[in-house]
Amino acid sequence: MTAARRASSAIGVGRTRLPLGVIYGVMLTFLYLPILLLFVFSFSTNRGLTFPIEGLTLDRFAAAFDNAQLLNAARNSLVVGVLAATAATGLGLAVGLAAMRFRFRGRQLLVGLAIAPLLIPYVVLAVGLFLLFNLLDVPRSLLTIAAAHSVIALPYATLILLARLVGLDPALEDAAMDLGATYSTTLRRIVLPLLGPSLISAWLTCFIVSFDEIAIANLLAGRDATFPVFLYGQVRFAQQLPVLIAMAVLLMIGTLAITIAATRIRSRD
Amino acid sequence: MLGRRGALAFLAVPPFAWLALLFVVPLGVVVAVSLQPASGPIDFASGWPDTVQYRQIVETPVYVRQLGFSLLMALGIAVSATVLAYPVAYFLAFRARHRTATFLILLLLPFATSFLLRIMAWRLLLGRDGAINWMLTTTGLVDEPSGLLIYSRTAVVITLIYIWIPFAALPIYAALQRVDRGHLEAAADLGAGPWTRFFRITVPLSLPGVLAALFMVFIPTVGEYVTPVLVGGPDGVMYGQLVQDFFTRAGNWPLGSALAVAMLATTVALVAVAIRVIDLRRLTT
Repeated sequence: MTAARRASSAIGVGRTRLPLGVIYGVMLTFLYLPILLLFVFSFSTNRGLTFPIEGLTLDRFAAAFDNAQLLNAARNSLVVGVLAATAATGLGLAVGLAAMRFRFRGRQLLVGLAIAPLLIPYVVLAVGLFLLFNLLDVPRSLLTIAAAHSVIALPYATLILLARLVGLDPALEDAAMDLGATYSTTLRRIVLPLLGPSLISAWLTCFIVSFDEIAIANLLAGRDATFPVFLYGQVRFAQQLPVLIAMAVLLMIGTLAITIAATRIRSRD
Repeated sequence: MLGRRGALAFLAVPPFAWLALLFVVPLGVVVAVSLQPASGPIDFASGWPDTVQYRQIVETPVYVRQLGFSLLMALGIAVSATVLAYPVAYFLAFRARHRTATFLILLLLPFATSFLLRIMAWRLLLGRDGAINWMLTTTGLVDEPSGLLIYSRTAVVITLIYIWIPFAALPIYAALQRVDRGHLEAAADLGAGPWTRFFRITVPLSLPGVLAALFMVFIPTVGEYVTPVLVGGPDGVMYGQLVQDFFTRAGNWPLGSALAVAMLATTVALVAVAIRVIDLRRLTT
């Protein structure tokens, strides 16, 4: 692939005269500038979302760690994210294995359903789950949010794992089963180790999807809010914002590290 | 000890059951509630089903207009984000070479940054006391900070385009990666110039990715309600806010459900028509 690409660029194939690198650079600047601005802002002494920055301080971070509600919301997001990512990755693995290793009626329906949550506006699903939980008298809580997030994260897990399973030779599993291994042993000893990096990458991606989700969580949250829901509810109070943003920036650094890890792991496969 | 049939059941039943309970049934419940005859508590006993909620939507111009506006906004946002993402994806697929992985991560990081945080960044940029107004006033370009930047439909559109660009680039990049370099070489050998090769080979072959990008932005944007609340103000209201309000503040679940169903039906219909018209299969072969 690389050799072919080098050869093709040597004879000038695929070359237009546009300075694409420059366009890419400009676009990246456009994407990063607002975030960087907010990052710098989290060190400012400003009392609201105002510019210019009046002075620099670390007080916002200290205040963020003193705010019990804020810490609780962050912890809630962590719990919801772990539950949702674990459920979605497990289900995505089941969908991937069923679809790639078995022929059965309903196979396409299963894959279609697993990907469908990506294809509807979230507010509709949020409303549906809101009504369903009401009808069933299920109190809204972190668990209801996690259940909803497992559904919207499932397409990501399914797509990542399907992509990996396509490249995995089923002969390896057949060999194990021919040699007398049960299906569960084959899964544990052959399939899971081979899928390992993709599973981790899928889990991390699902975690991020859940951790950042607000439209659904906002409708399904009971008394305990996740971090985005808490932040959304506090936006009206201007003086609160600098502290909230400081906390959000800290959490952002965490999610960025996760994203880098997820991408690195996947590209090694 | 699982046989092959048992193994299949073990794999397929849990996701089917989970999706039935938490995806299919909730959508069914929205439809069922939208057919309630009155706006009271959920009750399927008397007079159900009834289309009164839908009649009320059709007879209330503001709902129909809002839906139209939101669809148009979502379409405009999807097209803009896709157009802006295309050169980025092209650069990644054709020019980045051995640094592709790094450049890809650089593009993805803003998308992994908290959604709310990115909206807050635009509040800081566009606000009355925000960064852009500060630059305009200190450079003397304007005398008074303008309150017109934020709380407008334009602010919503700009913020959402900004949010979706990295996401839109992904399917386009995936499609461009699969473009057979041999086709391009053959065209070059036959004397086609770079622009001819681009428009006759690269663009048609990348169209499935472009369409995926359009849908992946369009669909979530139609129902978006967080961004319009934070940067839209009264002028930038979107349809998703109406839906959401009926469940949080106004507490009229049947009407809210009907509005949600109307949105979902329109969105699905538009996507289906687009797929039919463009005929994906003819493009990919």
